Amino acid sequence: MRADNKKKGASPLLALPALSLFAVFALLPMLGVIVLSFTYYDGISAPRSAGLANWSRFLHDSTTHHAIWLSLEIMVLSWLFQTPLALLLGVFVSGRQRYRAVLAAAYFVPLLFSAAAIAITWKNLLDPNFGLLANLTHRLHAGWFPTDWLGNPGLALYMMIFLIAWQFIPFHMLLYQAGARQIPLSIYEAAEIDGAGRVRQFLHITLPLLKNTIVTSSMLIIVGSLTYFDLIFIVTGGGPGFATRILPLDMYINGFQGSDMGYASAISVVLVAAALGLSMLLIRVTGFGRFRSAHEGA
Amino acid sequence: MVRRLLHLNVLGALAGLVWLAIVALPVYWMVITSLRHQGGFLTQDPVVPSKPTIGQYQRVIHVGFLSYLRNSSVVTLSVVLLVLVFSLMAAYAIVRGEGWIASGTFRLFLLGLAIPLQAAIIPIFFIVIKLHLYDTLPALIFPTAAFSIPISVLILVNFLRDVPAELFEAMKIDGASEWRMLWRLATPLSRPALLTVGIFAALQAWNGFLFPLVLTQSTGTRVLPFALYDFQTQFGINVPAVLAAVVLTTLPVFVLYLIGRRQLLSGMTAGFSR
Repeated sequence: MRADNKKKGASPLLALPALSLFAVFALLPMLGVIVLSFTYYDGISAPRSAGLANWSRFLHDSTTHHAIWLSLEIMVLSWLFQTPLALLLGVFVSGRQRYRAVLAAAYFVPLLFSAAAIAITWKNLLDPNFGLLANLTHRLHAGWFPTDWLGNPGLALYMMIFLIAWQFIPFHMLLYQAGARQIPLSIYEAAEIDGAGRVRQFLHITLPLLKNTIVTSSMLIIVGSLTYFDLIFIVTGGGPGFATRILPLDMYINGFQGSDMGYASAISVVLVAAALGLSMLLIRVTGFGRFRSAHEGA
Repeated sequence: MVRRLLHLNVLGALAGLVWLAIVALPVYWMVITSLRHQGGFLTQDPVVPSKPTIGQYQRVIHVGFLSYLRNSSVVTLSVVLLVLVFSLMAAYAIVRGEGWIASGTFRLFLLGLAIPLQAAIIPIFFIVIKLHLYDTLPALIFPTAAFSIPISVLILVNFLRDVPAELFEAMKIDGASEWRMLWRLATPLSRPALLTVGIFAALQAWNGFLFPLVLTQSTGTRVLPFALYDFQTQFGINVPAVLAAVVLTTLPVFVLYLIGRRQLLSGMTAGFSR
């Protein structure tokens, strides 16, 4: 009898390949970003100590403060815009009627595109000279109709919120569809016998029973809106002016276009802290331990 | 009562049609425009193309599309392979292992779920340069795989936990090694979860934009999403050609959607919905 025959557990060494890859490219960067935030680093020569210079700049940089404000704005407006639409549409397509299944198949199509593909399609569609709107106003001789939606600093951010919604509502719709399908039909049948109409059924059965889905979806929207990058980077590059320069763009522009990676690291630290803090706050506030209850059927 | 139900259903269906238009019109416009000639596409009928052409597609293929397609395929397949094998091994070690090492490892991966890739990009750039991987395909493969691993481990752990321990014990009594149990028992049993994880990782790799933007620069390492971005500047005002490139890069995912909609969608919401 050898000793390891008696031992019950599997060798932890099996986790080593995944752990090392994860450690080098995800955990180590989390430490690295903190260290780099105290350096001058241009991406070419070795980082030099900067003391607190990047952090004191962070406290005074009005562009970054504006970016934080825009990120908050996009977070709140994205949530307000995406949640009701995704919820209603998701419950709608959870019905088993044939026409709803057909609609659902079409609704999910935006999920098939990469952020880059969506960004480029919309950038061209909205182009003031070559886009669909330009084409239509040209053909209809409607020169008075505004065509430069992305170049207007007052509109650009709202257009971004719409594009982000176009990209992500199908995903959240999918979550709500799955959630709504888990509600037993018998509950609705009982409510119907009691004379509850469709609206009351929705408010008193569907909505409360979708609480977990609402929390999951909201968390993904809120934390995700901190890190929106690809779409806005391609469509507006943060412009016009600073109108859509949200925090991740401010980070990228400082780091990779301005070769000031030390300062960009300080912004990254704030991004990580905000993402972690928001996740934990939301978990605390909503009493939500989904990762623990995931396999019990939350 | 019946009338009221009907009434609301009509409202719902109407709203459904409005959303259908919002989703379908840009996609329709994209496909139709990609079939146009560059000259005068602005003044043509915006709804129906007068003389459809596949000329733009030929042009896109002539400017290196196939080599970008190859790079994207290499990256995607490598990421999927790494994520599947590594995550399954880790999940097995966590589920079948005991003590603080197994639970601590799991907790570490859970922590990883909260790390935003965008915030890690500068140190990743630094590490990739130090490893002399800058502007190579592995520079895309390793970080992409690393960021898909936490959610994959979570899904596989949840799945493997539901496998009755007796199955493993029975195999063990027959003298099977842990390694054998992993490949002969855990792997076939977790096939549905592996499919979900594989699709999730494949989409991350196929669609990823930030890593290619920051970690590669030459045409030899260019992948499709970054190529789209580049086409946009390269073709400038040739909108039909740019959109033809968009259609071409989306085609593989679209085909997958037609073949296995359910599996593809479950891969997309991996870990967030069941």
